[in-house]
Amino acid sequence: MSEIIAAFLEASVRLGAPLALAALGESITERSGVINIGLEGSIIAGALASALGALAWGAGWGVGAGAVAGLVAAAVFALFALGLRCDQIITGTAVTMGGLGFTAAAYESRFGATGTALSLPTLGPVTIPLLSDLPLVGRAFFAQAPTVYLAYLLAPALWLYLNRTGWGLELRATGEEPAAAEAAGVRVVRTRVLATLFGGALAGVAGAHLALAHAGTFGEGMSAGRGFIAIAVVVLGRWNPLGVLAAALLFGAATALQFFLQTLGLDLPYQLFLALPYLLTLLALAGWVGRARAPAALGKPWPEPT
Amino acid sequence: MRSGAFPFAAIVAPAAAFALSLLVAGVSLWLGGHDPLRAGAALLGGAIGSTDAILSVTLVRSVPFILTGLAVALAFRAGVWNIGAEGQLYAGALAATWVGLGFSWLPGPLHLALVLAAAAVGGALWALVPALLRVRLGVGEVITTLVLNFVAIDLASWAVRGPLQESRRVFPQSEALALDVRLPALWAGTRLHWGFVLAAVLAVALWWVLGRTLIGFKVRAVGSSPEAARVSGRIAVQPVTLGAFLASGAFAGLAGGVEVAGVTYALYEGLSPGHGYTAIAVALLAGLNPLAVIPAGILFGGLEGGAGAMQRFASVPAAWVGGVEALVILCVLAIHQGVRRFGRAARDGGDEGA
Repeated sequence: MSEIIAAFLEASVRLGAPLALAALGESITERSGVINIGLEGSIIAGALASALGALAWGAGWGVGAGAVAGLVAAAVFALFALGLRCDQIITGTAVTMGGLGFTAAAYESRFGATGTALSLPTLGPVTIPLLSDLPLVGRAFFAQAPTVYLAYLLAPALWLYLNRTGWGLELRATGEEPAAAEAAGVRVVRTRVLATLFGGALAGVAGAHLALAHAGTFGEGMSAGRGFIAIAVVVLGRWNPLGVLAAALLFGAATALQFFLQTLGLDLPYQLFLALPYLLTLLALAGWVGRARAPAALGKPWPEPT
Repeated sequence: MRSGAFPFAAIVAPAAAFALSLLVAGVSLWLGGHDPLRAGAALLGGAIGSTDAILSVTLVRSVPFILTGLAVALAFRAGVWNIGAEGQLYAGALAATWVGLGFSWLPGPLHLALVLAAAAVGGALWALVPALLRVRLGVGEVITTLVLNFVAIDLASWAVRGPLQESRRVFPQSEALALDVRLPALWAGTRLHWGFVLAAVLAVALWWVLGRTLIGFKVRAVGSSPEAARVSGRIAVQPVTLGAFLASGAFAGLAGGVEVAGVTYALYEGLSPGHGYTAIAVALLAGLNPLAVIPAGILFGGLEGGAGAMQRFASVPAAWVGGVEALVILCVLAIHQGVRRFGRAARDGGDEGA
C-alpha cells in the first residue's frame, strides 16, 4: 500500500509542477493587473518548441526553447492587450486558439498527421541526496525533473520579491492603483509587459515539463486546459506564490487520481477522473472567490480609455 | 462594439481584418514550407469551386457557426463572457441524441421538434452553473465556462461508451437517429438541410429582439453599463444577465442538436472540432450584430470546408485554420481599437480648431 501511495504522490508532484510553473508566472502577471487567458497558448507553444529543441540539441536546451516560445506567445498577447489596449479576455482567448491551431498545424507539417508518437529525449529525474531518502514523500518530492525544483525555488523567491523588495511593491502598486503608481514614477505599461512576458516564459517551461518530463512526446492539444486551471490555481492560492504552489500540488493530486483508478480497484467511469481537475476548478472558484481579493485593477486597460 | 458609420463599421473594417489575417496566415504557410497560392487555390476550390461545394460543404458547415456565433454575440452584447459555447454545444448534442433515440412513439415532426427543444434546453442547463455562479456568488464566468467545455467533452465521451453506445458496443458512438427525426434536405441531392433556414430565421429573430424590443434594450443596457442600468432603477440587472446567459447557452446547445439531427445523425467523440471557439471569431467579425452573423458564419463555413480540400490537395494541415481564426480575432480587435483612436484624434483635433 505504501508503494501505491508513494507512486500516487510522485505523480501528483509531476502533474502539479506544470500547473505550479504556469500559475506562479500568472500570479506575477495578475499582481501587475493583467489577466492572461493566453497562458494556455503559451503552454502548448512551449511544449512544441521544447520537443523540437530537445530533438535538435537535447532536453536541457528544449526547456530553454519552451521558455522562449511561451514568451513569444505572451508577447503577442502583450502587443494587443497592453500595447493596443484590446480587451484582455478576448485577446487571451485568441492567443490560446492561435497557439493550439498553429502548433497542431506545425506538428502535422513536420511529423505527419498520423505518424507514430514522437519519442523525445526526456528530462530525467535528479535525485537530491538525503531529502530523497525521507520515508514515503522523499522520492515523490525530491527525485523529480529539474523543472519541478524550479517551481520549488520560485515560490519563495517570488514571495520575497513581491513582499520584501521595492520592485515587488511597484508591481503590486501597478496592479492595485495604476494611477497612483504612475504618479509615483512607476512605468505602469512597462511593468505590466515585463510581468506578462515573465508569466509567458514560465508557462512555456510548464509546456516543456509536460512534453519532456511527463509525456516524453508531443500531442496536439496536450496542454488540455492547464492554462485555464492555472488561473483558478492563482485564485485558490490567493495571488500568493507560496499558496499558489500548494494549490497547484492539490490540483496535481486531483489529476493523478485517474492513474490510480485501476490500482484502487474502483469501478467508476474513467471520464469522471478526467473531469475531476475541471470540476475541482469550479469548486475552488465558487468557494474561494468571495474570500480572496483580486488585484483591484485586474483586467482593466491602462491608460484608462477616455 | 460600437457601430460607427455604416459602410465602414459593417463592411470595410471586417473585410480588412479578414484580408489582413489571410495575409499573415499566408506568410505563416510560406514559412512552414508550403506554397500559399496553391493552398489558397485548393481552399477556394473546396469552399466555392462548385455548386456542390457551396451547398453541401460551405453552407452546411456554416450552420453550427451561425448558431454558436449568435450564442456568443448575444452573450457579449449582454456583458457576459461566455467562452463555453463548445461545452454547451456538446450538452445540446447529448440531450438531442438522448431524446432522439428515445420517445420513438411520438409522431415524426413532433419528435423532431422535441429533439431540437431538448438541445436548446441542454445547452441552457450547461450554462446554468456558470450563470448562477456569476449572478449569485460573483464568480467570473470566463474560467468557469472554459473548464465546463472539458467536462462536457468528457461527459459525451462517457455517454458514447456507456448508456448511449451503439448496440454492438464496438464503436464509441451512439446508434443512428431514425429517419423521421432527421432534418430533411433543402434540395434533394445536396447535404444542405433545414437547419440552415432555422439558423437564418433565428438570426433575424435575435436581431429583431435585441434591436427592436424592450427586452433587447434591457440586455444592451446591462451589457454596456450594468451600473447605469441598475442606478436608473428600471432594470433588474441580475435577471437580465441570467436570462441572456441561458439564452446564449440555448443557441449553442441548438447548434449541437442541429449538427446531430442534420449532419451526423449520431453522437460521437469529437463531434465539434472547436466550433464553440470559432464562434468567437464569427461573432466579433460580425461586430456582434446577429444579422451579420449569417455572412460571417458562411465565411467561416467556407474556410473550414475548404480546409479539407487544402489538406488533400496542398497537404496543408486543416488545423492551420484554427490559427487563422485567432488571427481574425486579433485583427478585428486591432482595427476596432485603431478606429476608436483615430476617431478620437479627429474629434480632439476638431475641438482645438473650434
